[in-house]
Amino acid sequence: MTMVNQKAIFVALFFLVLLAYPWLDGGSYGIDLVTKIMIYAIFALSLELLVGSTGLVCFGQAAFFGIGAYAAVLLSGEDGPASILWLLPASAGAAALYALAVGSLSLRTKGVYFIMVTLAFAQMAYFIVHDTPLGGGTDGIYLYFRPILGEWLVLDEPLVMYMFSLFCLVGTFGFLGVLLRSRFGRALAGIKENEQRMLGTGFVTYPYKLAAFTISGALAGLAGFLFAVKDGFVNPELLNWHLSGAALVMIILGGLGHLRGAITGAFAFMLLQEFFKSEAIFGEFARHWHLGLGLVIILAVAFLPSGLVGLPDVLRSRLAGSGVVPLKKLPEGGR
Amino acid sequence: MSNEILLRGQGITRRWGGLVAVNRVSIELSRNCLHAVIGTNGAGKSTLINLLSGEIPLSEGTVELLGNDVTTWSQPRRAMAGLGRSYQRNTIFPGFTVFENCRLAAQAKAQKGWNLWQPANRCPVSTHAAREAAHRAGLDKVLDRTAGLLSHGQKRQLEIAMCLATGPRVLLLDEPLAGMGAEETGRMLTLLDELRPDHAILLVEHDMDAVFRVADRITVMVNGTVIASGNPDEIRNSGEVREAYLGEGH
Ligand SMILES: Nc1ncnc2c1ncn2[C@@H]1O[C@H](COP(=O)(O)OP(=O)(O)O)[C@@H](O)[C@H]1O
Ligand SMILES: [Mg+2]
Repeated sequence: MTMVNQKAIFVALFFLVLLAYPWLDGGSYGIDLVTKIMIYAIFALSLELLVGSTGLVCFGQAAFFGIGAYAAVLLSGEDGPASILWLLPASAGAAALYALAVGSLSLRTKGVYFIMVTLAFAQMAYFIVHDTPLGGGTDGIYLYFRPILGEWLVLDEPLVMYMFSLFCLVGTFGFLGVLLRSRFGRALAGIKENEQRMLGTGFVTYPYKLAAFTISGALAGLAGFLFAVKDGFVNPELLNWHLSGAALVMIILGGLGHLRGAITGAFAFMLLQEFFKSEAIFGEFARHWHLGLGLVIILAVAFLPSGLVGLPDVLRSRLAGSGVVPLKKLPEGGR
Repeated sequence: MSNEILLRGQGITRRWGGLVAVNRVSIELSRNCLHAVIGTNGAGKSTLINLLSGEIPLSEGTVELLGNDVTTWSQPRRAMAGLGRSYQRNTIFPGFTVFENCRLAAQAKAQKGWNLWQPANRCPVSTHAAREAAHRAGLDKVLDRTAGLLSHGQKRQLEIAMCLATGPRVLLLDEPLAGMGAEETGRMLTLLDELRPDHAILLVEHDMDAVFRVADRITVMVNGTVIASGNPDEIRNSGEVREAYLGEGH
């Protein structure tokens, strides 16, 4: 119980730091970067629901992100700002609908086939956006007006955008936290742990998985919506499989099976990328930032098999002098 | 109390290519009757349980559960209708606590997947049934233990507890005693005795002493076919069974 409280306090502190950050730093670069990272953290959380919580390794998450982003731009008018109240649900809904369609087909496959089918569907979406007039081709499309909510929420302001992204991140985290504790969430955990037993016990697992897939698509769509609004611009690269891969790396790096792992992973991944891209530190070599980032990720995964969220446990057992590091901890059981 | 028939399989056959794993087996399970199925390794006992529970489809034959023809029903649907099974190889949720293993199993009867706001561990139906089932299977003292870290015997007990947690009327138990110590075996046989009055039980078991102690009926399978079926005395005295199965060793 104390462990649980410690984690909750840690998470609350983390969100408080994010809340205070604009006044700690205040630079426009930093605010833009952290806004971006928080959006990716929502995206990573959406994938964590599938991979970490349900055991479904989806390799097409970028399609939901991109569809949410494109929907935000395409549904916005050219003659005045749209209301967030309908544009946000509509964008997330578009991604959810697509996820429902993809899920209903891909969930009939298992394991490696599931990975390949979700990737194939995402590539299809990529080429549709890339090669049809709808998506504006390689150049992408601009968002004429950022959506608003009355007069007090105008997302043109970077600080407002920052706070709104933080609000969405906390909301997503809280929503998933509640969802995973519910009977629905426990059923997903059971499916991940032993689907055969779930079937034998009386759970028709397919609708559970489809619901998780659709919710995940909606959350990825929310992240895409935020991304489009922040940048005021979308292009097909938002649906690129690189982004699906990056999200997978984020949640693995952070620690599968933990919501806070997805957020930790998103921050670690993006900040590492920022670090290795820095010309001030690496000069010419900054062009090869992939190399440094890749190496660190390999090392992290090799030495922290349960991700960054497992770091405190590893350190604790080192300090205790046992010298024995639990290489693969059993996932946390619910009570 | 009449001993109505709760599960009836007729002419059940399962083929894999040329191999006939289960060959025109008919079996009836009644309430207040423990029906043991014995046979050598590969006789088709586990396959029979898989067929009755709906884990794999039948090649031929019909299955009737509580008076309904369930031949085309999916496994979860049969489970919801009151059919519980345990597995020969442990099929638990190793990462969950013992309690959560039982609670999740019990949740099948109160799924409410749309109820996203109530924490699962506040669901009174499943928590109550889980405690009850764990208690019956003798797992009271290890409720908070991670299931994957239990002893072998305790895992076998958990198999049964998870099965009971769903409140089944028919129990198909695949070698529940395998690998258990004498004390654990004794406790499990007592549990079977307790369950007998309101359940129809099919027990697949290799431990002949146990089988002859608790079974009301025994069916003997060899190479997918039933060669004998009767009460323990009839089976003990059947020359055919001695020759085919009980052999010289007994
Ligand atoms: N999935 C399967 N595919 C092919 N053959 C199988 C499969 N499952 C079982 N068998 C075969 O069916 C026969 C019966 O197996 P099984 O029911 O496990 O026997 P028992 O439980 O009596 O030891 C065996 O010959 C086994 O090899
Ligand atoms: Mg067997």
